[in-house]
Amino acid sequence: MIRVTGLTKDYGSRRAIHDLTFNARKGEILGFLGPNGAGKTTTMRILTGFMPPTSGTVEIGGYDVIDHSLEVRRIVGYLPETVPLYPDMTVREYLEYMASLRHLKNIEKRVTETLEQVGMADRANGYISNLSKGMRQRVGLAQALIHQPEVLILDEPTIGLDPAQVVNIRKLIKEIGQNKTVILSTHILPEAQQICDRVMIINKGHIVAEDTPEQLQARLTGSQRVLLTVRGESQDVVPLIKQLPGILQVVEKEDGTLEYESLPGQDIRPLVARKIIEAGFDLLQLQPINMSLEEIFLQLTRDETEPSAAMPEVGYSMEEN
Amino acid sequence: MRNIFSIARKEFKSLFISPVAYAVSLAIFLIMGILFYANVLGAAYQQIAPSIQVVIGPLATILLFTTPAITMRTLADEQKSGTLEILLTAPVRDWEVVIGKWLGTLAFVALVLLITWVYPIILNQIVDPGIDQGSLVSGYLGLFLMVASFLAIGVSVSSLFSNQIAAFFATLGILLALWMIGYPAQIMGSMGGEVLRYIDLSEHFYPTFYRGILELKDVVYYLSVTSLALLLGSISVETRRWR
Ligand SMILES: Nc1ncnc2c1ncn2[C@@H]1O[C@H](COP(=O)(O)OP(=O)(O)OP(=O)(O)O)[C@@H](O)[C@H]1O
Ligand SMILES: [Mg+2]
Repeated sequence: MIRVTGLTKDYGSRRAIHDLTFNARKGEILGFLGPNGAGKTTTMRILTGFMPPTSGTVEIGGYDVIDHSLEVRRIVGYLPETVPLYPDMTVREYLEYMASLRHLKNIEKRVTETLEQVGMADRANGYISNLSKGMRQRVGLAQALIHQPEVLILDEPTIGLDPAQVVNIRKLIKEIGQNKTVILSTHILPEAQQICDRVMIINKGHIVAEDTPEQLQARLTGSQRVLLTVRGESQDVVPLIKQLPGILQVVEKEDGTLEYESLPGQDIRPLVARKIIEAGFDLLQLQPINMSLEEIFLQLTRDETEPSAAMPEVGYSMEEN
Repeated sequence: MRNIFSIARKEFKSLFISPVAYAVSLAIFLIMGILFYANVLGAAYQQIAPSIQVVIGPLATILLFTTPAITMRTLADEQKSGTLEILLTAPVRDWEVVIGKWLGTLAFVALVLLITWVYPIILNQIVDPGIDQGSLVSGYLGLFLMVASFLAIGVSVSSLFSNQIAAFFATLGILLALWMIGYPAQIMGSMGGEVLRYIDLSEHFYPTFYRGILELKDVVYYLSVTSLALLLGSISVETRRWR
């Protein structure tokens, strides 16, 4: 349904996204996960035809987003990051206007249905200027849904909603995602896990990892991080452990303890222990650390991560210390 | 066509409930009322019948200064509030947006012009044989065509800004410049002078429409200015995507 190839966008001399390539199928919810300035909004703006890429192509429903812009726009529903509302209109007037730009037949009926969907039916005749932030967000979402689009692109759809509405809207998106294509962006890892069929982690304009939330989690929690304490000069131990098979990185902490990370699926603690003792050090502690998902997210997208060196298979980086 | 109409209707409606539009209308009627009263009284002192020009003349000047306030928000505001993002990702062409906006403002100003007909009606009552109907029609036709070009320029300039006030002053500056550009021609008097006079917005109004004379070249002139401004506005919206 969506095919993105080599997408790059420069703002002046700053490159916001680098050579993004990804696909999204019908019936799939794809999540963009990434910190501020990762390039999520930029990517979505290109996908919706709001602005052209510097290079690369986007194909939605078989149409090129530049050459057949109008066809693409017809099948896409878009909730931009800044919710696009006219404060001097009522909710109903606004949605009717949006529906008229999409040449809908049963405008009144569709507006009512969509308002029900986002739980705003009781405020249909209120002015948008009088709505709360979360309500505005929901009206913005209604605007994206009004023409029952094949492709839904939502930039941080649940931001500013109260917990009950977050649950509602996530459920709604999940429902829609069953037979449509949805791309949404979020900073919230649990949200991505909860609603997305596939998550793409973006950092500084690069795709850092891409997988199903389960796989992503399995891969990441599968990697072992182990806290290691030896008596004496711990830096001498670093090269020793580094050469062991399966070790991804070794970090020396400020308090003198060490932390190593090893490939998922194999526990090399016995090997590490033997090596240390063989070399004549006193091993005091060898304790696995469970990475929380947020930590993984931070790790995946932290500043030092050299995206080109991000491991394509495993999704985290090897570093020289 | 349908999109243009939807956008125009929305623009007209929001002008209708906008305080700026009301302030502008109030100013028009207030200034017109005072000038009308003064002109009619003055004519009575001089024992001459006031002509329809006491309405058309001031109206042209007031519109020159007030139409930028009507158009300043059209695209600048969409830009600032982020609504341009859905307008430009809806299945609507860029030129449909520009023309729709222009048509909406034109409908609003046409309504204001329609209400100013009260002055000619009053004049018709107090002047003995009645006013010259031909001058009235040609004057108002001229006003309408001229205002259409003012508004087209205003909407296009608005697309360059995300700040309404900036759009207002830029539009006013351009309109005033085009309004007076023929002035130096009186001194130059050469070929260049002819060209400047031809570009001048007022040169196609005062010598003809204002005096009750209808000339095709003036109609063509205002329609051309309007079309050119709308074309440039569409290009400006389109290039906005690339900025
Ligand atoms: N209009 C613009 N002009 C110049 N630079 C821009 C513009 N929009 C975005 N950028 C830059 O592009 C990069 C990516 O921004 P983008 O808005 O796509 O990030 P994001 O992932 O949506 O972030 P957030 O989570 O904060 O919404 C940032 O470095 C930003 O400064
Ligand atoms: Mg963003």
